[in-house]
Amino acid sequence: MNQLERVQRSLQKKSVPHFEIGDTVRVHVKVVEGEKERIQVYEGAVIARKGSLNTEMFTVRKVSYGVGVERIFPVHSPIVTKIDVVRQGKVRRAKLYYLRGKKGKFSRVEDREFVGEGKAQSGSARAAESAEAPVEAVAAKS
Amino acid sequence: MTNGLLGKKLGMTQMLDEARLTPVTVIEAGPCRVVMVKTKERDGYEAVQLSFGDVKDRKLSKAQLGHLKKHEAPASRVLKEFKKDGDVAVGQTVKADIFKKGDWVDVIGVSKGKGFQGVVRRHHYSGGPESHGSMFHRAPGSIGASSFPSRVWKGKTLPGHMGAERVTTQRLKVIEARPDENLLFVRGAVPGAANGLLVVRKSKKG
Repeated sequence: MNQLERVQRSLQKKSVPHFEIGDTVRVHVKVVEGEKERIQVYEGAVIARKGSLNTEMFTVRKVSYGVGVERIFPVHSPIVTKIDVVRQGKVRRAKLYYLRGKKGKFSRVEDREFVGEGKAQSGSARAAESAEAPVEAVAAKS
Repeated sequence: MTNGLLGKKLGMTQMLDEARLTPVTVIEAGPCRVVMVKTKERDGYEAVQLSFGDVKDRKLSKAQLGHLKKHEAPASRVLKEFKKDGDVAVGQTVKADIFKKGDWVDVIGVSKGKGFQGVVRRHHYSGGPESHGSMFHRAPGSIGASSFPSRVWKGKTLPGHMGAERVTTQRLKVIEARPDENLLFVRGAVPGAANGLLVVRKSKKG
């Protein structure tokens, strides 16, 4: 282990729950509103994990009111207070970007559940999805 | 003590500064030993000579070993002078605790060598069109007038060796200091490759 890696390990959280690509997770996010702090829960499928050690990030995708939303969280951020694995997914890829174009099913270990209710997702909804994703990403970083 | 110290660049990572993810460079700063204190009476100016880095005796010349032996200092890789700031005694160690969170520092290093580069890379010339029958791509073009001055002006930007020169990055913020681990975390990038020698000093611009 080199010196930089040792430093990076010191910047990590003590323990991070084990979760994999394709898992459905509930991310407990600390939100500061003025003086008050509260916990907001964001639930969705983990479609990507990037980076290593203290700089690792993961992307969670959900379909909200027919619009796809993706948020990128740092694994070791204090803003992410808790990560619960709701369901484990069965996937054959490390990055599930193909879900972005899909409307219907997405396979899981046991339950073959629908990703969202957006069966009648129109073209305009998808355009909104691509516009919304970067905004969410910025919000997650700050 | 001194206005700065010597260190080694370990590399870059991210850390949280007031709940914002910040790019930082990790510097192994010190410990440096005070080898010599130069005084106005004897040397004509005031300075503190610091040593940094362990090295085998056989790697140094006799002159270097003699100088270190005279001041009872162990063999060290680098010797460098710094400005005097308060009381200093020979044999004292200067550590990363001279900086604390929120301080501004200047970091001096030797930039990465780029080799022989053309004017587009080296001086940001815009170059010519790549296609449409253009026969002018990345050349410098005209380098001056004809009969007057009948020579090329001094300082004309031309191709040549780029990088591997002393570069100062001014006013970087110290995000964290860990004196017991000899570590400094400064915001942003510093010159040179990892494992390069750095000078970290108090910022001139405050």
